[in-house]
Amino acid sequence: MSMNMNMSMNETIVSEATQPQEKAMTEKVVVEETNAQSAPIEEGKTVGKPFVENAKYKLRNVEVFYGQDRAIKDVSLDIGRNEVISFIGPSGCGKSTFLRCLNRMNDSIDICRIKGQIMLDDEDIYHSKKDVVELRARVGMVFQKPNPFPKSIYDNVAYGPRIHGLANRKSDLDDIVEESLRKAGLWNEAKDRLHSVATGMSGGQQQRLCIARAIAVSPEVVLMDEPCSALDPIATARVEELISELSESYTIIIVTHSMQQAARVSNRTAYFHLGHLVEVNETNKVFTTPEHGLTESYITGRFG
Amino acid sequence: MIDPKKQAEIVHSSLKRRYRKERRFRAYGILAITIALASLLVLFADIINKGHTGFLKTTITLDVEMNPEVMYLEDPTNREEVRMADFVEPLIVSLAEILPEATEDDRNKLRGLINPYASNQLRDELVANPDWMGTTQTITFLAHSDVDVYNKHQGDEAYSIKLSEQQQQWVDELQERGIVETSFNDVFFTSGDSRDPAKAGVLGAIVGSLLVMFITLVLSFPIGVAAAIYLEEFAPRNRFTDFIEVNINNLAAVPSIIFGLLGLAVFINLFGMPRSVPFVGGLVLTLMTLPTIIISSRAAIKSVPPSIREAAEGIGASKMQVVLHHVLPLAMPGMLTGSIIGMAQALGETAPLLLIGMVAFIVEIPEGFFDAATVLPVQVFLWAGSPELAFIERASAAIIVLLTFLLGMNALAIWLRKRLERRW
Repeated sequence: MSMNMNMSMNETIVSEATQPQEKAMTEKVVVEETNAQSAPIEEGKTVGKPFVENAKYKLRNVEVFYGQDRAIKDVSLDIGRNEVISFIGPSGCGKSTFLRCLNRMNDSIDICRIKGQIMLDDEDIYHSKKDVVELRARVGMVFQKPNPFPKSIYDNVAYGPRIHGLANRKSDLDDIVEESLRKAGLWNEAKDRLHSVATGMSGGQQQRLCIARAIAVSPEVVLMDEPCSALDPIATARVEELISELSESYTIIIVTHSMQQAARVSNRTAYFHLGHLVEVNETNKVFTTPEHGLTESYITGRFG
Repeated sequence: MIDPKKQAEIVHSSLKRRYRKERRFRAYGILAITIALASLLVLFADIINKGHTGFLKTTITLDVEMNPEVMYLEDPTNREEVRMADFVEPLIVSLAEILPEATEDDRNKLRGLINPYASNQLRDELVANPDWMGTTQTITFLAHSDVDVYNKHQGDEAYSIKLSEQQQQWVDELQERGIVETSFNDVFFTSGDSRDPAKAGVLGAIVGSLLVMFITLVLSFPIGVAAAIYLEEFAPRNRFTDFIEVNINNLAAVPSIIFGLLGLAVFINLFGMPRSVPFVGGLVLTLMTLPTIIISSRAAIKSVPPSIREAAEGIGASKMQVVLHHVLPLAMPGMLTGSIIGMAQALGETAPLLLIGMVAFIVEIPEGFFDAATVLPVQVFLWAGSPELAFIERASAAIIVLLTFLLGMNALAIWLRKRLERRW
């Protein structure tokens, strides 16, 4: 009986996998192989501990569509206060898409539709009366490629506080800039060249500047979309250190391709596969005793 | 699969052919550039060769005796008397003194050496200095345009010399004595059009062009940039905006004379605006320039990296703030370049302005947007079509002035782009 169910599940997943154009052929094959040897994904059912007490974000039955494609399939998840949670999974599994739903960065994509509920502190962020500007002031974001504005270092950090009117006096703004740069571990390098152009810095410095820029508006949550993928190992180490420090005051959600990074920086880890949230648990549990076969295959390097 | 040894051989044997192809391709490019440069050089050489004499004038310096009896004038402050007085006679008397061999019958020939407007000049100077009455003053007048042509184009078959043998001898003699002189043609830059080539200048056309350009810039730049920003950043993508986009692209290719017809039909006939005025000219050229500015501005906005947009949105900038703080500054160099190219095109435009009456003969220098005026290219058109040969060199000189303006605008575009360009 259970065998039958598994079989039918396999089939549905394979047929889904063939639909989106992004999914490469190799991946499809991989899915068939892994499914053959391990338990399949049951839609909407996540292994491990997706829910926590007193959550910052409560996500229920979230689905994301790009036109006809279903990029995220019935994901429910809680993200705790001041925790670092990392999203891992193979390319095209939807983890970045999912991350961008958390501060509505997908709004500007016309064909993108979102179903389900995303609650930040028990407020639905997709509610029609909810202002996206206010949301993004609370939920900062750091992108894959360092993207400082082509302005001075000072202006980069001061931009957020300025547009949100967080500093009334010049001295307040100076303080915010200094504090943000300090938190981002960039103060010593940048204090003598605050008014030189930010794009003249190294990649690692630029990324830390982007982090400083994101935390300058005192957000509650910081989203990081593969923040270290364009950086060398030394710069990566610095950013990871920084993430650990920042986790004391912010909730940090980080998408990463590096499992070592996820293991190093995060309290919890969520594994995505083809738009499904397969497994969520404490990081050491995910990496040492994964409950789901797909997770195990991924972290042991059998695919991905 | 090919085995590696054979592969190396195949690659090696094809190398020669590849490099030959590359050399040939480079040669084509150099040839194309050479042809373009050569044509440009020929064009410039021809215009400068024909036009440089337009920047020279021929003057004749006379000692004029302000004899009340000759002039029939006692009191130069009396306007009525001045109106009736003879200002030609003293000039001829003075010339006759210098050229003693001229008889009483040669009066008309002597008169043919002096510019017809010289008497007006004498009158104006005398009215300004009434105490000159009864004295003798040394005054420099413009020579007659026939003298001017003879002076500059002796032996040039393209020009027919209208002076008689005797007049030519006199001019040669006066030239030797330093009375007839050639100098920089300041009249060309300080006066408007004239029926007399020696008196004709481009100042009226330059001022007209500047007025028209001002209207065009003030209207087309903000409207074009605003339209581009709306279409690129705010407008939804649907059939209607696609339709607008196609039409803007089509408008950029519409012959400019159609815009002139539109201006005539709408601004002049429907709205009852006056003819020949820079304001209407500016409106017509605005319509013509708008598509260029919109298209180039949209391209500039599109080229702003999306990462900058995302960064600003990620911090919580509103759509408006993203556009004003980030997109616009980064797109500005491109927008300005496109606009200045559009403006340069408008500056050189003749056809639409002909239709709205800016082709009229206008002597006065326009003082406002509603004064009758003409523009540089139309002035060139008018002079080039004139039967008098002396106007041909004026036309070439005016082309040089026009080209200088265009080069100036392009230089400005390059300077602005370099100044505003920021790297990311």
